[in-house]
Amino acid sequence: MLDAIGLGSLDDLFEQIPASVRLDGRLALPDGVSELEIVDELRGLAARNRHVDDLVCFAGAGAYDHYVPSVVWALAGRSEFSTAYTPYQPELSQGVLQALFEFQSMICALTAMEVSNASLYDGATALVEAVNMARSGARSRVLVSEGVDPRLVETLRTYGTGPGYEPEVFAAVDGRGGSPEVGDDVAAVIVQHPNVLGILEPAAELFERARAGGAKAIQVFDPLSLGVLAPPGQLGADIAVAEGQSLGNHLAFGGPYLGLIAAGMSDVRRLPGRIVGETVDVDGRPGYVLTLQAREQHIRREKANSNICTNQTLMAVAATIYLGWLGPDGLAEVGRRCAAKASYAAERLTGIPGVSLVHPAAPFFKEFAIRVPGRADALVEALVERGYLAGVPLASAGEDVLLVAVTERRSREQIDGLVAAVGKALA
Amino acid sequence: MSSIGAPIRRQGPARPRTIRDRSAAGRRAFSFPALDVPEAPIPPEHARTTPPDLPEVAEVELVRHYTDLAQMNYGLDTGMYPLGSCTMKHNPKAAETVAGFPGFQRLHPLQPDTTTQGVLELLWRLERALCEITGMARATMQPPAGACGEMTGLLLMRAYHEDRGDARRRVIIPDSAHGTNPASVRLAGFEAVPVRSDARGLVDVGALAKLVDESVAGLMLTNPNTLGLFEEEIEEIAATIHGVGGLLYYDGANLNAILGRCRPGDMGFDIVHINTHKTFATPHGGGGPGAGPVGVREELVPYLPTPTVERTDDGSFSLARGGPRSIGRMHGFHGNVGILVRAYAYVFLHGADGLRNVSELASLNANYLAQLVRGDFPLAFPDLRPMHEFVATAKPLRDATGVKAMDVAKRVIDLGFHPSTVYFPLVVDEAMMVEPTETESKETLEAFADALHTAAEEARDHPELLREAPVTTPVRRLDEAKAARSLTLRW
Repeated sequence: MLDAIGLGSLDDLFEQIPASVRLDGRLALPDGVSELEIVDELRGLAARNRHVDDLVCFAGAGAYDHYVPSVVWALAGRSEFSTAYTPYQPELSQGVLQALFEFQSMICALTAMEVSNASLYDGATALVEAVNMARSGARSRVLVSEGVDPRLVETLRTYGTGPGYEPEVFAAVDGRGGSPEVGDDVAAVIVQHPNVLGILEPAAELFERARAGGAKAIQVFDPLSLGVLAPPGQLGADIAVAEGQSLGNHLAFGGPYLGLIAAGMSDVRRLPGRIVGETVDVDGRPGYVLTLQAREQHIRREKANSNICTNQTLMAVAATIYLGWLGPDGLAEVGRRCAAKASYAAERLTGIPGVSLVHPAAPFFKEFAIRVPGRADALVEALVERGYLAGVPLASAGEDVLLVAVTERRSREQIDGLVAAVGKALA
Repeated sequence: MSSIGAPIRRQGPARPRTIRDRSAAGRRAFSFPALDVPEAPIPPEHARTTPPDLPEVAEVELVRHYTDLAQMNYGLDTGMYPLGSCTMKHNPKAAETVAGFPGFQRLHPLQPDTTTQGVLELLWRLERALCEITGMARATMQPPAGACGEMTGLLLMRAYHEDRGDARRRVIIPDSAHGTNPASVRLAGFEAVPVRSDARGLVDVGALAKLVDESVAGLMLTNPNTLGLFEEEIEEIAATIHGVGGLLYYDGANLNAILGRCRPGDMGFDIVHINTHKTFATPHGGGGPGAGPVGVREELVPYLPTPTVERTDDGSFSLARGGPRSIGRMHGFHGNVGILVRAYAYVFLHGADGLRNVSELASLNANYLAQLVRGDFPLAFPDLRPMHEFVATAKPLRDATGVKAMDVAKRVIDLGFHPSTVYFPLVVDEAMMVEPTETESKETLEAFADALHTAAEEARDHPELLREAPVTTPVRRLDEAKAARSLTLRW
C-alpha cells in the first residue's frame, strides 16, 4: 500500500506535522492488552460498585429504577441500530427513521402535545433548549418554580450565561404553587409537575397565569406519570420537556439518557434537534426523512437556535419499544403501581417516630420528601450497610430531608424491609 | 466487480407500516405482579381522562416489527461506512460486554460515593488517559456529545476572559468548519468571525493576522482540518492568537488522525473536546449517544464544570463540587457514563502503541483509497497530502456527464456500499468526503474503489443508472421537499 502511494514508510504519512510539535517518544499509557484482560479489568472495577440489584433502590430525583423489559434491548441493541450513523442517507436508514417517527408519535400521544423532536441529550439540557425556544426580543426573563429540581436550575444557570439570562426562582407555598409576576419582559414560566419533592403542582393555574402574561408555559414532566396524570397538553403547557430515562433506559450512573421535548405546531420551526417527517419516494412508496433541516446548525450555522447535532437516537429507539411494550393499559398500570406503592411507603415510613412528611397536606405521585432525625446523608450511608439505597438527600430543602422514590419494581416486602431498617438505624 | 458491503433487506411485500398499524384493542406485551399494597387513587383534578394513543400489541408483534425496521437499516456491522468527518470505525464488541456489567449499568447517579468507587476510579483513570493523549491538565466527562463539548469549551473561554475583566466578543472559525462551531459560538454569547482557507486548503495565516485584535476571545480549529489536511502553520496560528491574549480551542473531530503522533496541547491548544464515538469507537447509535469530554490547560482548571472526580489522600474517589469559578453544570448528572465505559475499554485495549497504530493505518487507508479513486474523482486540494480522510470532487464527472455527487452516492448504494459524505465541506464544489478509517482491510478499500469506478463508468455510458439509483433499497429516492412542505411528523 505504501508503494502505491509512493511512500517509503508510515512515518512519511506524517511529514506535514512540523517536527517541533511531534510527540517525542510514546504516550505515557500502558501497553495494549488482550480482550480478556480488559474485560477482567473492567469486571474488577464494576465489582467495586454496589449496584441496585444489590441495594434495594428507593433513589430517584430524576433517575428511576423502573423495570426494563427484556424485549427493549434485545431489539434496540441490534447492531443495525446501534452501529449506524445519523440517517443522512435515508434509503439506507429507514429503520432508524421510522423508529424515530414512531417515537415522535408516541411522545405526542403521551403528552397530548402536537409535535415532538427525535430526542435531546437529557432532561436538564432539554429544559435549556425549551428556554432558548421561548426567549425572543424583549421577552428575556425566565421564571422558575421553587419546585423545579435544583440540578435543572443549575444547568439552566450555566447555559444561560451564554445568551445572558439568569433563571429567577419564585417561591412555592407549602411545597407547591406560587404567584409568579408575569410581566411583558418574561419569556417563560417553568413548572415541574410532579415537582422535585414528588408533589402534584396546580400546574393548570400556573400555566394560565404564564400565558395570560404572554409568556411561554414550560412543564417539566415525568413520562411514566402520564398513564394516570393529566398530560401537559391538557394542562396548558406550551412546551413540555422531560428526562426520558425511565422509558426503557438503564440507570447507568446518569447516562446515556434522553431528553424529551414537545410543543405546539406553531412552534415547530423553533424546535431544536432532529425531526423526522413522512414522505414518499419516486415510486410513491411511503418513507421517512430528516426534515425541516433549515432550522439546524449545519444549514443556519451561527443563526441556528440550537447547536445540537448528535442526539440520543438509540435511547429514543429503546423508549419507543418500551412504550410499545406498555401500550395505554401498561402505562396506566405502571402509574397506578407507583402511586400505590409510594403512598404505602410514605404511610409506613412516617409511622417511625421522628419521621414526617415535609409537606403532609400535599398530594404526591411516586416520590415524597421526609424529614428524618439527624442528617439525611448519614441515614443513607447507614442504610447502605443494611442493603438499601434509601433515597436521595435533598440538601436544598434541608440537611434532614430525604427524597424517597418508589417505582412499580418495589414489592411490599421490600418496602416493609426498608421501614424496618430505617427504624433500626434511627433507634 | 466485487461488492462485499452486505446489502440491506430489499423491497418486500406490503407489510404493516407503523407499530400502530399492528395494534388491536386489548392485546398486550406487558405483565406486572399482582398489586400487593392498597390502591392510592389519583386526585380527580390531576387525573388523566383520555388514554394516550399508544399501540396495543403482543410481544411477538413488537419483536417482528422492530426486527423488520432493524433489517431496513445499514450499520457498521453491515459494511464499510466511509462517511468523511464521521470516523465510522469498527466498534469492538468487548466494549459492549463491559458496559453491560450490572456494576456499571445498574448504578443510580446519586448513590453515595462510598458505593460507586469502581466507576469513579474508571472516570478518574479515563480522564488522565485523555489528558495524556491530548496534552491537557484536567478534563470534564460531562458533555454528552461533541457539540455540547464545544459549548462547554466556549463557556470556559468566556469565564476565563471575564475573570480577567476582559469582555471579549469574537471567536474566529475557519470557513470550512462544521456548522456546530458557529452555532455554539453564538449560543455561548460570542460573535462568529470566519477566516478563509487559502488555495492549499489551510487557514490563510495572512488573513487571520488581519482579523486578530484584542477583541478576539479565541480561535476554534480542527487539526487535521475539515479537509483532512494538517494545518502545518499551527505554531504561527497559535502565536497569533496567544499574542492578543486569545485562547485556542481544538475541535477533536479529527483527533483519530494524530493519535500518538502529536498532541493538541503541544501544538498550543488550550481547550480540547473529544468525540468518543469517533476517536474511541463508541457506537454511534444511529445518531447518538456520543460523549464529548473536554480537556483544558492548567490555567483553565478552576472553571471546569461541577462536579469533578477527585482522588483523596487515602486513595478513595469522590465527586467534588467545583469552586466559585466553576462554570456550573453541563449535564443533569455525570455525562454519558455508559459511553465513557466503552471509551475506557477502547483506550486501554489499544494502549500507547495501539493508539499510534490507529492513526498510522487511518492515514494509510485514506491515502491508498485516494490514490485508487483519483482518476475519476480528483482531490479538491491536491497540493497537500491528506491524512485520515480526503475531500475529492465529482466536478469533472459532472461537467462531462451532468451526473452529480449525490447521484454517484446513490448508485454506490446499489453497488453494495454506504456512500461517502457528499456536499460537505461547503467550500468544495461537488464534494465527496471519504474517511475509510483504520479498521477496513485493503480488499474492502479496493472493492469500494471498484464501486466508485463502476459508477463513474456508468455515468458516461448509462447515466440513468445513477440518476434513478438506488433501486435495491426498501425505498428509493425520497421527496424531501414534500416532507418539509406538508409536515407529517407523527401518526
